[in-house]
Amino acid sequence: MSPSLLIAVLLVLSSMAYWLGRSRAFALSKKAGSVRLHSRPGYHGILVALWCAIPAFIIFCCWHFFSGNLLISYAMQSVTEARGELSPSEMNLAINDLRNLLSGSVFHREIDPALQLAADRYTGMRQIANVALAVVVLSSAILGSIWAYSRINPGLRARNKVEKAVEISLTLCSTIAVFTTLGIVLSVIFESIRFFQQVPFFDFLFGLKWSPQMAMRPDQMGTGSFGAIPVLAGTFLISAIAMSIAVPFGLLSAIHLSEYSGPNFRKVVKPMLEILAGVPTVVYGFFAALVVAPTIRGLGAGIGLSVASESALAAGLVMGVMIIPFVSSLSDDIINAVPQSLRDGSYALGATQSETIKNVVIPAALPGIVGSILLAVSRAIGETMIVVMAAGLAANLTLNPLQAVTTVTVQIVTLLVGDQEFDTPKTLAAFALGLLLFVVTLALNVIALYVVRKYREEYE
Amino acid sequence: MSTLETTASLQKGFAVPRENIGSRVQKKSRKIDRENRETVGLQFVDDPRMTCRAVNVFYGEKHAIKNVSIDIGKNEVLAMIGPSGCGKSTFLRCLNRMNDTIVGCRVTGEIRLDDLDIYEKNIDVVPLRAQVGMVFQKPNPFPKSIYDNVAYGPKIHGLAHSRSELADIVEDSLRRAGLWNEVNDRLDQPGTGLSGGQQQRLCIARAIAVRPEIILMDEPCSALDPIATATVEDLISELRQHYTIVIVTHNMQQAARVSQRTAYFHLGDLVEVGHTSRIFTNPAHQLTEDYITGRFG
Ligand SMILES: Nc1ncnc2c1ncn2[C@@H]1O[C@H](COP(=O)(O)OP(=O)(O)OP(=O)(O)O)[C@@H](O)[C@H]1O
Ligand SMILES: [Mg+2]
Repeated sequence: MSPSLLIAVLLVLSSMAYWLGRSRAFALSKKAGSVRLHSRPGYHGILVALWCAIPAFIIFCCWHFFSGNLLISYAMQSVTEARGELSPSEMNLAINDLRNLLSGSVFHREIDPALQLAADRYTGMRQIANVALAVVVLSSAILGSIWAYSRINPGLRARNKVEKAVEISLTLCSTIAVFTTLGIVLSVIFESIRFFQQVPFFDFLFGLKWSPQMAMRPDQMGTGSFGAIPVLAGTFLISAIAMSIAVPFGLLSAIHLSEYSGPNFRKVVKPMLEILAGVPTVVYGFFAALVVAPTIRGLGAGIGLSVASESALAAGLVMGVMIIPFVSSLSDDIINAVPQSLRDGSYALGATQSETIKNVVIPAALPGIVGSILLAVSRAIGETMIVVMAAGLAANLTLNPLQAVTTVTVQIVTLLVGDQEFDTPKTLAAFALGLLLFVVTLALNVIALYVVRKYREEYE
Repeated sequence: MSTLETTASLQKGFAVPRENIGSRVQKKSRKIDRENRETVGLQFVDDPRMTCRAVNVFYGEKHAIKNVSIDIGKNEVLAMIGPSGCGKSTFLRCLNRMNDTIVGCRVTGEIRLDDLDIYEKNIDVVPLRAQVGMVFQKPNPFPKSIYDNVAYGPKIHGLAHSRSELADIVEDSLRRAGLWNEVNDRLDQPGTGLSGGQQQRLCIARAIAVRPEIILMDEPCSALDPIATATVEDLISELRQHYTIVIVTHNMQQAARVSQRTAYFHLGDLVEVGHTSRIFTNPAHQLTEDYITGRFG
């Protein structure tokens, strides 16, 4: 029985269990007459269905999680019988061969008879196992339903149990996000540790020269070409330029939208601003590279400045424009959420509109505004496409926005595109950069949280 | 107007002991019929501070105030009473143009503050509102410290020339609102952290800190305990020496205690105005009588 069919059968069974449990509870409530059911029949039905489905499903999942390796090691016994004990690396090789054989992707090589034998054992066992699994799963489903069905009685607290089950499933869902994050962080950390075994930690963190290509040559390995400072500086330079565009424009347009403009103007302009957020970044990228950068270059030439054809300024400007809607739309919502009664209170004291906005509305909305700006900063730091296209790849350590710079995200991309071996410092450096980026954004978030909380204490 | 002239001589002190309000309403004179919505009583005074003539207010299609004409005298406390939703807050907000902030609200008629038509086209509402202060029905302290809440108005109007002068204004205002003793050790804490009644008194302090000449109070005591209420009523009596006060209240004892004239609103109509003691002892209109005797709420 194939797994999908098994699941379908399980679903049918549990819906049957639901109806059976429900009708039994109904019958009980009719027969008992004066005795009231503790829970409505529907809850009894759900409880029976849960007992039918959940244990069976857990068995099913466990089997699929562990069966692969179990079956492989079982099949590998025939290889070890034929060849004697294998060293771990030989073992790995053989297992890989077996996997390839099983998936049918071996065409040219001669097939080792021992391996063929193993493959046959594997497929045979797999079939038996599937049948066994179906039997175990279905009998668990039926036994579970029978057990729960037999326990139905008026006093059974089915509702509380169902609610507990709902609560547990919600908890599981929320922890999945946590575990995913944890998993990503851990994998990045482990890869980074491998990187730091080859390149000293402080060379990476404080090195002033970023030139990963040279490190491919063994004689240059670990000579300090993995200094992250220029890359990080590029990220900060571009983000700073972007934020210096996005924050004033975004905030002021939010204030205009929420406080000054009429409802009609707002109805037209706000969606337009949000369209800006929907433009794919790659479009911004070629806009930056093909329109903005040459324009800046031309302007620079006009006043006698030499501007690189790819410059931090072009990328930062365009990124700033891209981020404006993040700041403006969020801040607009937040400013709108400030209660009208606060504005009224200020107007009634004879404050003008700008005084009211400056002294009452903005302070009241500040925690939210800081939040929206922070969101925009993390957008800027994580943005890749615009920078790849408009800021270049040269890891110059400079604060001059007219030169080409590179950012952490761009370097990660360039390190990882193309065929790579995943144990050279060059590719591992991508993980170290990722970790660095993660730590930086985390720190920013923590700072923002602190700032926001401090304001809350003062103002709420 | 004949009822007015005969009953005007009944005018006595302002304070009416609470147990007497109902019983002293006398049935001897015939009341004006419930269907009649012309304003009766003492609408106009000799030396008005504000004059309202034929004021109508619309919220979109809804006609919330219907043809109201009334004077507000110098150094008088005018109480406005009436069932919920009859338009007391709406009328109050007309007097300092707070209705401007409500989309779809339209005011017609004429309202004059001393000889200035406050609804004239090119009038500047900022000095008007500084002159006509307001305490709202719901307390709305700013999300700032207690001190800054009170200091806000004086700061924007430049009333204080030094820090210490500002601190004096703040202290004085808080004292008069009866809040100083409760908050003097935590002036730097947020005003929103106070209890509802304390917040309302903070709003009163905030309003009087800008020294308005006319103060509009929309149910200032609805969230206050009897002690705080007494403080606010004392404040009103004290302010009356120099200022003009319009107060909306659902508490008829309060109206009787603090006001000189009382206006009764009913579904957007100004039904009756008169000296407070007369309104509560011998109202001319049947609707007023129904309301103050609790027959209609
Ligand atoms: N912003 C508004 N938009 C539309 N209608 C409104 C608005 N504010 C008030 N109204 C309506 O105008 C009428 C008068 O309202 P108002 O708030 O002046 O009553 P009130 O006498 O102050 O009542 P209460 O004693 O409950 O405070 C009510 O019928 C109300 O529904
Ligand atoms: Mg009201």
